Amino acid sequence: MRTGSNSIPSSGGMSRVDGRLKVTGAAKYSAEYEVKGLTYGVLVGSTIAKGTIKSIDIKRAERAPGVLAVITHLNSPKVPGYQSATNTPKGQIRIFYDNKVVYNGQPIALVIANTFERALYAASLVTAQYNNGEHQTRLTDNLQAAFSPKDDNEYKRGDPDAWRSAPVKVEQEYLLPSEVHNPMEMHAIIARWDAEDKITVWDKTQGVKDTQTNIALTFKIPTENVQVNSRFVGGAFGNALQVWPHEIAALIGAKVVKRPVKLVLSRTDMFTSVGYRPHTWQKIAIGATADGKLVGINHHAVGQTSAYEDFAEAPADVSRQLYACANVATSNKIASLDIGSPVWMRGPGYATGCFALESALDELSYQLNIDPIELRMRNYTDVDPESGKAFSGKFLNDAYKLGADDIGWSNRSSKPGSLTKDGWLVGYGMAGGVFVADREPATVRATFTDGGKLIMQTAVSDIGPGTATAMVALAADTLGITAENIRFDMGDSSLPPAPQQGGSTIMSSVGSAVFLACKQLMEKFKALGDSSDYAQLLKQNKLPKLEVLIDSKAGTEVDKYAMYSWSVHYVVVHVHPVTGVVKMEKVTCVADSGRIISPKTARSQIIGGAIMGIGMALMEEAVIDHRYGRLMNANLGDYHVPVNADIPQINALFVNKADTNINPIGAKGMGEIALIGMAGAVANAVYNATGIRVRDLPITPDKMLGALPHVA
Amino acid sequence: MKQFQYSRPATQQAVIDAINKPGAKIIAGGTNLVDLMKRGVTAPDKLIDINHLPLKNIAPVKGGLHIGALALNSVVSENKLVVAQQPLLSMALKAGASPQLRNMATVGGNILQRTRCAYFYDTTMPCNKREPGSGCGAIGGYNRMHAIFGASDKCIAVHPSDMCVALVALDATVIVQSKKGTRRIPFADFHRLPGEHPDLDNNLAAGELILGVEIPDNNFAKNSYYLKIRDRQSYAFALVSVAASLELEGNTIKNARLAMGGVAHKPWRLVEAEKALIGKPVSAETFNIAAQIAIQGAKTYGGNDFKLKLAPATITEALKHASGLV
Repeated sequence: MRTGSNSIPSSGGMSRVDGRLKVTGAAKYSAEYEVKGLTYGVLVGSTIAKGTIKSIDIKRAERAPGVLAVITHLNSPKVPGYQSATNTPKGQIRIFYDNKVVYNGQPIALVIANTFERALYAASLVTAQYNNGEHQTRLTDNLQAAFSPKDDNEYKRGDPDAWRSAPVKVEQEYLLPSEVHNPMEMHAIIARWDAEDKITVWDKTQGVKDTQTNIALTFKIPTENVQVNSRFVGGAFGNALQVWPHEIAALIGAKVVKRPVKLVLSRTDMFTSVGYRPHTWQKIAIGATADGKLVGINHHAVGQTSAYEDFAEAPADVSRQLYACANVATSNKIASLDIGSPVWMRGPGYATGCFALESALDELSYQLNIDPIELRMRNYTDVDPESGKAFSGKFLNDAYKLGADDIGWSNRSSKPGSLTKDGWLVGYGMAGGVFVADREPATVRATFTDGGKLIMQTAVSDIGPGTATAMVALAADTLGITAENIRFDMGDSSLPPAPQQGGSTIMSSVGSAVFLACKQLMEKFKALGDSSDYAQLLKQNKLPKLEVLIDSKAGTEVDKYAMYSWSVHYVVVHVHPVTGVVKMEKVTCVADSGRIISPKTARSQIIGGAIMGIGMALMEEAVIDHRYGRLMNANLGDYHVPVNADIPQINALFVNKADTNINPIGAKGMGEIALIGMAGAVANAVYNATGIRVRDLPITPDKMLGALPHVA
Repeated sequence: MKQFQYSRPATQQAVIDAINKPGAKIIAGGTNLVDLMKRGVTAPDKLIDINHLPLKNIAPVKGGLHIGALALNSVVSENKLVVAQQPLLSMALKAGASPQLRNMATVGGNILQRTRCAYFYDTTMPCNKREPGSGCGAIGGYNRMHAIFGASDKCIAVHPSDMCVALVALDATVIVQSKKGTRRIPFADFHRLPGEHPDLDNNLAAGELILGVEIPDNNFAKNSYYLKIRDRQSYAFALVSVAASLELEGNTIKNARLAMGGVAHKPWRLVEAEKALIGKPVSAETFNIAAQIAIQGAKTYGGNDFKLKLAPATITEALKHASGLV
């Protein structure tokens, strides 16, 4: 095992086991399966934000060439799970259930035709008349109406007002716009009824088992009668963590036309109908002593949600845990608006919260005239300030140092606007990230054949981080066999259960099961004979194969320890002193996420998160025209994500010290922490470069104008 | 999208015959037209493909440089004559779109591309350009990218091209052909302001085919710069862009050209600011004065208020680069 070293070579580790399949197009994604008798569905969206459908004209669409069916609330077959509200999967619109419109772009009809083009054309012929209601879509107009969702708690420890009497204070508001996941692959489903009570889907999902259960509940058929295939997923970032109305629509459609239906969302639908990171207002108040000890923190957040779901993140929770502080009050509220529901997006809550907290801490560092790293070290904690438990493994102080050395932090000026290069202002910034390190139950079946092959099977999805690669690397390392002899099967609901790929849990959860399965195989081989040539051992014992099934889950360690992964991001930015253009110059990200199993894919994970963080900091913003409650930039031309030209050298470093308390492999998740903190680091660097503090993301050139320092 | 016919008339003459029929539309690179068709903004009955016509040449002509209407944006931007004689055009082209789009887009198509106003593209929204009389969604709405010069109460959209900003600065001429013969349109007169008829982008008459553009020879090659300010470093439309060309005699500005993109319904030539530069010394002060003159008469609409600051800042910076001050 590789432990205790951060000297992972940048090119080290296994390449992706499915890399060749992906780059040659041989990897099949959900929309790419050839299913006999396939038909094509296209959704029609509402054009008002709130109200009811007065009438809907489908006649022209029905008469268009190749059209097989046009389904609306007026003619849709009843969905059994929709009949009782309690059985409605949480947060779903009951599609084609009634005439209510609850957001602009909500699907109100499904057109099915024998080609995609014909369905698309016919969908353009569907027109609806509405009774308009009065909608509310602007979060900042509705902060007063915010409420605590049922499962949330307003948290307090010590004296919530302690910050007020501290000698040095920061009290500021921060705004994050809605951001959209925008994975490369659109949501896609091929839905087929194999019998009255039997379904097969090829579907983009982060959890085949959850999708299976949800579909079974919705249509009230036995779970085992639903087969979900999701072998490859082209990115998801959280927006495939639940079954969405379009997936149910495809199944309704397939039932109506008695043929399989393929439904691929348009890019615009990807903005409106499968969630987003919610627009969130935050207020932070921090008080500190003159030598930089935190006296008190107040952190309050209000995020937007839809009128039909109390979706709530917990952005303020980071302030309970990240620093030693005796007096803390946090709350996470939501405001209901007439918009589509948000959903978890990479680093949910924590990314939003860390932007505010780490910006506020940076502001405090300038007031105190203490280096931002030093300020964090003075408030470092080895026990979880909330629970009082020790951390299962925390080496964040190592991460601070590694990153500071790599970025050249000693070159930073503590005086904003004082460093220049080639006529540009230069700024250094840093910020940290944290995310819960969970370990979920996972089951792996491992079969070793007398041909020397190991086949591992579990129903996890791989949305892109390289799960199969990491599992093969781990098994190869544990068993001492070559990776070429190992196969990892996944993305199939008939396989042994695994958790959803979300919340950075898979390495810890499935990885532990893989490790334990390999260990159990080794024990069984030991009983067969004293050799590491396992194929030979099987042959000698006339066994065609050896199979183990391992159920793995967290134990009593969860009662003893608080478990998290941490990151710290360092950036150098250049800001143009006349036009306010911000350019990323260098990025260094350090992850403290236990042992690194698969260095190459871990690096990719960090780099990808950093790029998303740069998008969050500098350009991403879903814009609503509040007069209509409609998204105005729901396409990748107008909603900006970073392009190559925006991205500098990104160094990904790892503390790479095993967390020996969380699980048998010492590894923790890093998908979330790759992003969390990044936006704050950029905002802090922009301040260091210019003295301009942008508290409402994204930091676009227009927000920089007017106060830029003069450069001679 | 609506079903349509597609044809590829063999000759230039046959193309001109074909585009005289109602509902016919020329397709070249298709980088904008196909989007418009997919979004339901435009629904031609018949597409006339002209990609095979011999209009790709880039060659010197008497007193200038001719660039064929079908020359690709990427090819023009790398062409040796263009780079040597008209570097401003090369720089503007490279600032536009993405390499993939520039490899498809033609010069004629770039001139004729339509606004990227979100209300124009969303057929559920009001837009006088798409549907005359329906109103302007951008006024009172999302207008961060919109015009500060020459707009009307019917439309505040901007022309999105970078190439055209350079061409208007360089006094180019558009050469068009119809059944009546050829005619030459000064670039500054090619595009229209929205006025009462924002549905009309330009003065190209029905049945006219763009053959190419001509750029008169000039002495700007040494001191030209195109500066585009945008929300990301590539593949984004201009918040503001500036084409600046200077002819210097020692430290004195002998001749000057200045135009802006992202600020009007047409590429916006800044004649008064040019006058303020000519005869003056190269200095930050000269440039600041010109920049202030340039934004006189600007009107903003809320979301684009920042352009009152960004436009002069960008002009100053572009002039500094063009003159060698930076």
